[in-house]
Amino acid sequence: MAERTIKVDALARVEGEGAIKLKIGPSGVEAAEFRIFEPPRFFEALLRGRDAADAPDITSRICGICPVAYITSANQAMEAALGVTVTPEIAALRRLLYCGEWIQSHVLHAAMLHAPDFLGLEDAFEIARLRPDLVKTALRLKKLGNELMEVIGGRAVHPVNTRIGGFWRAPDPERIAALIPELEWGIGAARDMTLDFAGFDFPQDEADYTFVSLVHPETYPIELGRIGSNRGLDIGVEAFAEHFAEEQVARSTALHARHGDAPYLVGPLARYANNFARLSDSCRDTAAAAGLGPVERNPFRSILVRMVEVQYACEEALRLARGYVPPDPPAVVAPRRAGTGHGCTEAPRGICHHSYTLDDEGRILSAAIVPPTSQNQKQIEDDLARVAGRFLDLDDAALQWRCEQAIRNHDPCISCATHALRPTIERV
Amino acid sequence: MARPTLAVWKFASCDGCQLSLLDCEDELLAIAGAIEIAHFPEASRKSVAGPYDLSLVEGSITTPEDAERIKHIRAQSHSLVAIGACATAGGIQSLRNFADLDGMAAAVYPRPDYLDVLATSTPISAHVPVDIELHGCPISKYQLVELVTAVLAGRRPRLPKFAQCVECKAHGTACVMVAEGQPCLGPVTLAGCGNLCPRVGRGCYGCFGPVEGANVAAMTARFAELGLDARQIRDALRSFTAAAPAFAEGGQGNG
Repeated sequence: MAERTIKVDALARVEGEGAIKLKIGPSGVEAAEFRIFEPPRFFEALLRGRDAADAPDITSRICGICPVAYITSANQAMEAALGVTVTPEIAALRRLLYCGEWIQSHVLHAAMLHAPDFLGLEDAFEIARLRPDLVKTALRLKKLGNELMEVIGGRAVHPVNTRIGGFWRAPDPERIAALIPELEWGIGAARDMTLDFAGFDFPQDEADYTFVSLVHPETYPIELGRIGSNRGLDIGVEAFAEHFAEEQVARSTALHARHGDAPYLVGPLARYANNFARLSDSCRDTAAAAGLGPVERNPFRSILVRMVEVQYACEEALRLARGYVPPDPPAVVAPRRAGTGHGCTEAPRGICHHSYTLDDEGRILSAAIVPPTSQNQKQIEDDLARVAGRFLDLDDAALQWRCEQAIRNHDPCISCATHALRPTIERV
Repeated sequence: MARPTLAVWKFASCDGCQLSLLDCEDELLAIAGAIEIAHFPEASRKSVAGPYDLSLVEGSITTPEDAERIKHIRAQSHSLVAIGACATAGGIQSLRNFADLDGMAAAVYPRPDYLDVLATSTPISAHVPVDIELHGCPISKYQLVELVTAVLAGRRPRLPKFAQCVECKAHGTACVMVAEGQPCLGPVTLAGCGNLCPRVGRGCYGCFGPVEGANVAAMTARFAELGLDARQIRDALRSFTAAAPAFAEGGQGNG
């Protein structure tokens, strides 16, 4: 069997449109490409000349799955540019909103997009026929995340209640308090689901990743921290461009990011490895019970890390909901002035970095947005080559599925990367 | 009797509108029981060949390839429903329609020659006949459930045809323009979001697009009285439904 060609043109169960192309010859995998062909939408360009206040709402339309990541990174960048510091109450409400996004996005991916792979099923609807309780629990958890976003943000997809400096209106304490019983339930449900998924038969795989994430001395990073790695990087978010570069390749409408000459990984595996000590005792206990160490290098097991993070987000949301004090005023007034600012937060699938320069009327002169999936794209290609090489003895259909998994492991948001996936496996 | 088949298609968009289907947590399993989900790549590896009883189309047409693809989808679809501001008005990416695309491409991509894109972002209805449009950036999941229910029952969905102002009155929301002097696109914007922005004290930013018969000129005159300059008035109209004709024309007269 010297030559094979396998092709997949539209990768399923990812957000957006992309493809995989794999070439396998007598000596093994010769080329592995993760293509993104979603049409470009030119966000950085269409922001030019707009008021600073437009950036959070416009950039949230980069991604319907993680709008809060864009809104929060943009707001923080604008606040840095305009010299605004938000109050602790506003900061706490932001984190609470962000917990909602982590819960809904992670549960969507883990239970509905990723889990079917380990059960040999096409989708969550098939899981629902075999294990209706699992899907019902997942939907209830996802709904909890969406409710947090609705109560605080006004709606789950593209929230409207956020602005530079804070919020338009502080949510009523009664509505926040009403979420508490469900959050209490959510902690246990997330733990149970983690342990349930820990029973999957995971493919053997491991990579020596460069893990890049936010890092924080006191808390597991969601919406704040410095940028750090497991190789000694520790920089402020304003220094991002000095350490990371974006490049364009012909096969993709997403710009590829790189750290020096090497690929790197952002997302749950990176956050977890770089911040394990910041997790709560109960989350570390769940991780241990699920067989996770302080570092997880098998990307197929990222589903477990995602679910531990759901438990953490429920715990954090519960703590913040119990301590909720409506910010008054709900926003710090931002001046109109010139400046440059940077913002970086942990979207569910990895760091989302924004930079803006404003003129003296507070209009955007330039914008640079680096979404998580464009940062992961190069690493995902390396994963694809490694995984294909490791499982060459599988037949074409099984190998194709395994290669799709190698991509889905990282919850790529192709709309985020400003684009999409198709697997093509060519065995020459 | 075979269940009706559903297909979900994506063009230039953020995925948020098709996500709204998965966000119908209380109804999703019932919908999946009543309808055969034949093609929905974001949710399933399974893909059943057409024709389809109902196609939901998200996103706008921005590439020559997509302008062809939508024709094939139309040909395979009994009912074609455009969902969201991108599919019904061109979306936020239609801001390119008012600008120089080459300059925009060069601002984002070092090698714009690698790209193959159209100069404009256009709604689905500019390319093929559309049976029903669900507006919004994003759509309302309640309207989506109503749409699916109506299609299953063989009736037209009940969708609001009035302005956002009516929703404020129905909810008892104080008018942010009258009470606070805040610019608000509510008088010219289609209702349906659930009265979200005015309820948090924010002027409507028009993400459901213009209501039929919108008097944009009267509204922009009022904005000018509130102290907005021409550029601010133009930018208020040029957001998520910028290329909808009433907003596009209103924007042209300003800035």
